[in-house]
Amino acid sequence: MANGEYPKDLKYTKDHEWAKKSGSAIQVGVTFHAQDALGAVVYVELPKVGTAVTAGAQFGVIESTKAVSELYSPLTGKVVKVNDAVVSNPSLVNEAPYAGGWLIEIESSNSAEWDALMDADTYTKTLG
Amino acid sequence: MPRLTPLNAAHKKLGGRLVDFAGWELPVQYAGLIPEHEAVRTKAGLFDVSHMGEVEFKGKGALEAANRLITNDLARISDGQAIYSGLLNPNGGFVDDIVAYRFSPEHIFICVNAANREKDFAWMKENAKGVTPVDRSDEFAQIAVQGPKGFGIVQRLCKKPLEGVGTYRFTTGEVAGVECIISRTGYTGEDGFELYCPPNHAEKLWFALLEEGKGDGVVPAGLGCRDSLRTEMKYALYGNDIDEVHTPLEAGLGWIVKLDKAEFIGKDALVKQKAEGIKRKLVGFELLDPGVPRSHYAILKDGEKVGEVTSGTMGPTVKKAIGIGYVPTALAAEGSTFHVDIRGRAAAAKVVKTPFHTRG
Repeated sequence: MANGEYPKDLKYTKDHEWAKKSGSAIQVGVTFHAQDALGAVVYVELPKVGTAVTAGAQFGVIESTKAVSELYSPLTGKVVKVNDAVVSNPSLVNEAPYAGGWLIEIESSNSAEWDALMDADTYTKTLG
Repeated sequence: MPRLTPLNAAHKKLGGRLVDFAGWELPVQYAGLIPEHEAVRTKAGLFDVSHMGEVEFKGKGALEAANRLITNDLARISDGQAIYSGLLNPNGGFVDDIVAYRFSPEHIFICVNAANREKDFAWMKENAKGVTPVDRSDEFAQIAVQGPKGFGIVQRLCKKPLEGVGTYRFTTGEVAGVECIISRTGYTGEDGFELYCPPNHAEKLWFALLEEGKGDGVVPAGLGCRDSLRTEMKYALYGNDIDEVHTPLEAGLGWIVKLDKAEFIGKDALVKQKAEGIKRKLVGFELLDPGVPRSHYAILKDGEKVGEVTSGTMGPTVKKAIGIGYVPTALAAEGSTFHVDIRGRAAAAKVVKTPFHTRG
């Protein structure tokens, strides 16, 4: 992925996360910008299935060699799926941030929160 | 406003990601921490360390004046040799860790940490007897060339043969036409040199080294990998592993302390501590559970906090989660186990032999 790709069919947050409708749930990960700024991801800490999450609140941690960064939930709801593959192989976040590097899936019924997420153009403008 | 080193324009030209470090604008990385770390271990990396400070003692009694302030013994080495040492306070804690260069008994040159430049110079000025130290920090830029290819890159740019300049020895000469103190020292665990040069020639030297080392795969390297490289070697970082409170005997640095030296600031405190027994020790450990230890995480034994992590990382070369921290002496032996509190989760760890990485 050269020069940063920000797929148009995803929604984005100011914390550099993306969200995508996945069946009845919403899949969440970190953007190209996030993994580029972090450098090689060496560890990811994700919540258990069933955990309640709140929009804007921390749900986990993503670590590079040098630093620990917080992961913030784009939506309020319940974790229904966790990507075990990325926990065993954190470099998936760098290799495929929008595909194999997805983090969790959330069940949320708050459409207002979803509508308030940024589209790709708005997000890319924030990157300067 | 952070201070700029003489290589600031070069870092911008090379696409360095600039951050504020101890009040200085420096690159944390260029291509990335991991590729830079690996380049230093297998080829060579160039570091701008111009932010470090340099203090000089010159004249009759220079060696004695410096020797009274540091733990190691300048009288025991020869001209052209350098020693790693502690600069201690009267309680035996570190004012700083330094490298002292013996040019001659009348000329001692000390390199100090950037973060402690002003503190160290004030301390030395206040406590030196017989010779007044001079702060020469603004007269030197410094470039570290580190990695197995480092020796060759510097030698090819220097007419003077450098084979005789062994580890912790130094000489002076021209490298790429720039007059330097050429020191076989470093903070990465790899072979190489630290080159002290005039600030106005630093950029010329930097690009000459990059050009000469192109075929060897030399890369510019930032503070990020400097930290992961030194952590894998269990080299102390002032402010993390050592500070005004912990002594060299606690920090596993007894080898830089010469207690048979007539006097030095902090000697009495160390003699007393040795007699009473060292209560805590700086150890290297590996995690046995998932996670990465980080500075200030608590070290637990049987659920109680007994120490603290001072440095930690996922080592790019050793490929393990490693850490350094103070534990009670009873837990300091290799193989001892304890837990590290990682954001509320107790991750098992065991003390291992250090350095975590061995060269070669």
